Amino acid sequence: MNFDFSDDQKQLRDQARKFLAEKCSPKAVRVVLDGKAPYDKELWKGLAGMGFLGVAIPEEFGGAGAGHLELCVIAEEMGRANAPVPFSSTVYLAAEALLIAGSDAQKKKWLPAIASGEAIGTLALFEGKGNPSPKTIKLTATNGVLNGVKKPVADGAIADFAVVAARTGSSGRESDVSLFLVDLKAGGVEVKSLTNLDPTRGQAEITFKDCKAEPLGAAGEGWSILTQVLDRAAVLCAFEQVGGSDRALEMGRDYALDRIAFGRQIGSFQAVKHMLADMYVSATLARSNSYYGAWALSTNAAELPEAAAAARISATQAFQHCAKNNIQVHGGMGFTWEFDCHMYYRRANAMALGLGSLSYWEDRLIDRMRKKNAA
Amino acid sequence: MPTNSVENERWWARFALPTLRTEQGLRSAMNFDDTPQEAAFRETARKWVEAHAPKELEAELSKSSLGRIRLAQHDIVDVGKAWQKKKAEGGWACLHWPREYGGRGATPIERVIWQQEEGVYGKLTQPFQIGEGMCGPTVMAFGTEDAKRRYLPKLASGEEIWCQLFSEPSAGSDVAGLRTRAEKKGDNWVVNGQKIWTSGAHYSDYGLLIARTDPNVPKHKGLTMFFLDMKSPGVEVRPIKQANGMQEFNEVYFTDVVIPDTQRLGAVGEGWSVSLTTLMNERMSIGSRLATGVPEMFEFCSNLMLEDGLAIDDPAVRSKLASWAAKSNGLKYTSYRTISALSKGERPGPENSIGKLVSGMMLQDIATYAMDLQGAAGVLTGSDEETVQGQFQQMLLSSPSMRIAGGTDEILRNIIAERVLGLPGDIRVDKDVPYNKIPTKGR
Amino acid sequence: MNFDDTPQEAEFRATARAWISANAPKKYEEELRKSSLGRTALKNADILKVAKAWQKKKADAGWACLHWPREYGGRGSSPIERVIWSQEEGPFGQLSRMFIIGHGMCGPTMMAFAREEHKRSYLPPLASGEKVWCQLFSEPAGGSDVAGLRTRAEKEGDDWVINGQKIWTSGAHYSDYGILLTRTDPTVPKHKGLTMFFLDMKSSGVEVRPIKQASGASDFNEVYFTNVRIPDHQRLGEVGDGWNVSLTTLMNERSAIGAAVSTGFPELFEYCSSLMLDDGPAIEDRAVRSKLANWAVKASGLKYTSMRAISALSKGERPGPENSIGKLVAGSMIQDVATYALDLQSASGVISGEDAELAGRFQAMLLRAPGTRVEGGTDEIMRNIIAERVLGLPGDIRVDKDVPFNKIPTKGRG
Repeated sequence: MNFDFSDDQKQLRDQARKFLAEKCSPKAVRVVLDGKAPYDKELWKGLAGMGFLGVAIPEEFGGAGAGHLELCVIAEEMGRANAPVPFSSTVYLAAEALLIAGSDAQKKKWLPAIASGEAIGTLALFEGKGNPSPKTIKLTATNGVLNGVKKPVADGAIADFAVVAARTGSSGRESDVSLFLVDLKAGGVEVKSLTNLDPTRGQAEITFKDCKAEPLGAAGEGWSILTQVLDRAAVLCAFEQVGGSDRALEMGRDYALDRIAFGRQIGSFQAVKHMLADMYVSATLARSNSYYGAWALSTNAAELPEAAAAARISATQAFQHCAKNNIQVHGGMGFTWEFDCHMYYRRANAMALGLGSLSYWEDRLIDRMRKKNAA
Repeated sequence: MPTNSVENERWWARFALPTLRTEQGLRSAMNFDDTPQEAAFRETARKWVEAHAPKELEAELSKSSLGRIRLAQHDIVDVGKAWQKKKAEGGWACLHWPREYGGRGATPIERVIWQQEEGVYGKLTQPFQIGEGMCGPTVMAFGTEDAKRRYLPKLASGEEIWCQLFSEPSAGSDVAGLRTRAEKKGDNWVVNGQKIWTSGAHYSDYGLLIARTDPNVPKHKGLTMFFLDMKSPGVEVRPIKQANGMQEFNEVYFTDVVIPDTQRLGAVGEGWSVSLTTLMNERMSIGSRLATGVPEMFEFCSNLMLEDGLAIDDPAVRSKLASWAAKSNGLKYTSYRTISALSKGERPGPENSIGKLVSGMMLQDIATYAMDLQGAAGVLTGSDEETVQGQFQQMLLSSPSMRIAGGTDEILRNIIAERVLGLPGDIRVDKDVPYNKIPTKGR
Repeated sequence: MNFDDTPQEAEFRATARAWISANAPKKYEEELRKSSLGRTALKNADILKVAKAWQKKKADAGWACLHWPREYGGRGSSPIERVIWSQEEGPFGQLSRMFIIGHGMCGPTMMAFAREEHKRSYLPPLASGEKVWCQLFSEPAGGSDVAGLRTRAEKEGDDWVINGQKIWTSGAHYSDYGILLTRTDPTVPKHKGLTMFFLDMKSSGVEVRPIKQASGASDFNEVYFTNVRIPDHQRLGEVGDGWNVSLTTLMNERSAIGAAVSTGFPELFEYCSSLMLDDGPAIEDRAVRSKLANWAVKASGLKYTSMRAISALSKGERPGPENSIGKLVAGSMIQDVATYALDLQSASGVISGEDAELAGRFQAMLLRAPGTRVEGGTDEIMRNIIAERVLGLPGDIRVDKDVPFNKIPTKGRG
């Protein structure tokens, strides 16, 4: 058995951590947080330069040709650094959709541009409130022309292209949904930025008005492709969440060691100590579930749907728990804009919703376990 | 009364049953009715509120929940001052204070009834709560008669706003660890240092200040309390930007600020005992409205359509709602038990201390779950229809402060364990150590 | 990353599997598989006898205490081989329960501190299950604070004379030997006046009384010592060094790797999969699913945490500290799981025993669960361990650290 990352992968992690510590300090994150830039362009370029954007993209499409395990390693570091860049939209959603369903031409057009940092991509799935479901897709595609509104679209305001879920049938089945690729810089698209919980990651509303689009994957296959994309993204996001949990735990631990009250380190009070121990427990459970997700993702195992849902739930809970109690350990200072705690609190709660809510993934997990047991 | 021995095990039936059946017994049975005096008082209060309240703000005030007490068209301080002044003129300000200091000499239960009748307009008193609840009582207990007559009526009428200057960057839960120095120079004290988490310092006229006058004795023994004019030279107020983006608190810097010795409250070195008067009042406000998020959540779930029906019909949603509703009812009726004790002229028990501890965490959980129900759109905080204008998002971002301000969850649990359950206090390693020998850094 | 065995591991696994398949007491397999926390007895056989027979058979073939040296009754296996063995042993591993204390705690302590001749004579029968051992540390006045114990050992010639009382001793009633921690000097601070021994449980003056637990069962005992004599050559470690010796024992208790902790989740999932509620199968109810999902990820989190530790062993590395979360998570979880299973049964959930739903499996679990949050380190001690050893937070302030033992207060209030 080898249920760990390899030494090379660990070296990659060290390299990514060092790079992000230098290029993505909390100060740099704050430039985006305070609305002074829509995302950190310099960092994005740097990530491309390091080969991180294309780490799981095959060499023939301009990537590094490593695999998903390497991408998990990078994802964890992105989460730890709270990086203000459209990494998850572009790399976990758009690129994975292309890898799963793109034609050779589509891959040749977009994947090298992703790897080099020239193109930002996203997935336009949601239409208002509610969770991913074929029923909620109202945007229509008729003869390759899209009409409808997507909201919220992560990083929609800075994206160059989007994978769009559209309704192409009315049978009431999953096969009513097809995917399309849209060049957002061409006509027929109107983008409006929306304020959101985590200003370090933009959200937008995109209106498609007689917008020309090319199909991605076969007609009627949209939902099955989306399901695969969401499962993969769930594992990758889980690593970001694990990275964020660890960082929040570390911040809390450090503060508990540095801060004195009543003549003692506050970390010597059991109320504080046990709060931190419980955060460690959540973070550890999440990490182990995520490792299993990583294995399933990297081997394309039949267990992926179940593993992804478990990783998603566990990591979402851990990040919310660690981010929330990191503020609590910091007391009043943790509630200031000046301290970094709230950046993780915002990110944790925003990430909990991005691929559909916790309740939604809970439902999926039980569905999948049940199917497996029946089989 | 007979002893409760085995032979007399049914003593209660022989002695209590006949009394229970009398008219007096029935009257003393549990009920939620006002006594005749209470009913008369309620009637007077209701009529006055009806005739004088700023009705144009009612709708907006009812909708404000934690994290969003902001009025679209008005400054809350201006509107608040106008309402407080009107109340003072009608004799409805600081009801439980003596008349000569601007109050009404009302009983504690009358004060609770007033709060119930004032209803949503009570939210307008936010800028005066620290003054009324903490500064006023401290001045009343320790100020000279002259000072009481000069400052209290204006505090009651809202003409002058007071703030409380206790917390410091290195002294939060451990208030007595504060460092701001006051040194005697002739008849004056000269103050240098920094306070933090001062609500309303930017619009306050006076402040209650605790400072260290002797760093060579153990920390609780070297403190002295003062009050000062916030416009004194050397006082600088800087707003703190909070995690939720709002600015409700301030840092206050003191550079050679001069305070006359006549503005000292209590003896030199007695500041800690004086401050206990103030803090007791902070943690004991009875019948005050604690936000729990439950009414908002119930309404939200009653209207929200999920994929296969109304949220409130979904078993998972119902299960969560039910446990929150039970908690929130528990808090409500705990506070009723306290009110009932007041109504009978008794001293309320310690139950009320659970309020903030329960509601703080619940608010955070409720906000998280409401967003969960909104799905991916729950991330939006603008005036989007999907999120009911970001109501729960604001709640989520503000809720961490509920678990910290006015005593962290951990301090509240200590208080319950120690003062209610009688458990021993934490070991205080700094108790007998001179203040300037206490470590200031953890590593 | 992969879950495959290395070629050597695969070979070892095949050998183990073949031997088990040929030798295990198959007629108990189903019953052992279904046993859960609070319900471990066999219906028509004495589990102790079945267990001893299985252990003996294993020992004869070289499958007992795999990681021990051969000369003491083991196989000299690597840690990963031990894990593979326990995976293959599967439900029959339940039969090792009464030897866990002996193999996991007493044996290693003997191995580290006993004389060579004692090791050669006592360890092999311990490994083969012919002799059962117990551990005598906890006392009424020394629970989480083990070093606060009061049982006295006084030197008389070449012997030590023991007086006092131990509590929570698993299996004392069927044990042949025990390791015993005593106070030999009450005038020095509490950690410094302790000494460790081993003794024959049949020595005169030893009295074992079973404790009736809150669940009704009796897994633990009180053990009373009245002028029990132990020869000095049965001392383990130096006089006054008992605390350090005991750490060897306790470390082993808390770090059993690959040992599956019971969470109750598989039982609950199985139950919900077949349970019909008013308006359909329980597993289709959103409220049920949400709870199940939350527990599912905890159970899988524990499973994969332990796999990470096993993987480290497989590479010959020292596992990280993650494994310390197991008991803390599983203890409160099994309590919640059992409570919820009863909730699903509604009013009939109150019925326990053979007449109840699933023969009272969840009722037994509920009643046994509080014990798991206490034994072998309470939840609070486990959190302290995580906070201090893993996160590096300061220890609790010890007011009794430099105080002579006989000056430490013994009553909370007058």
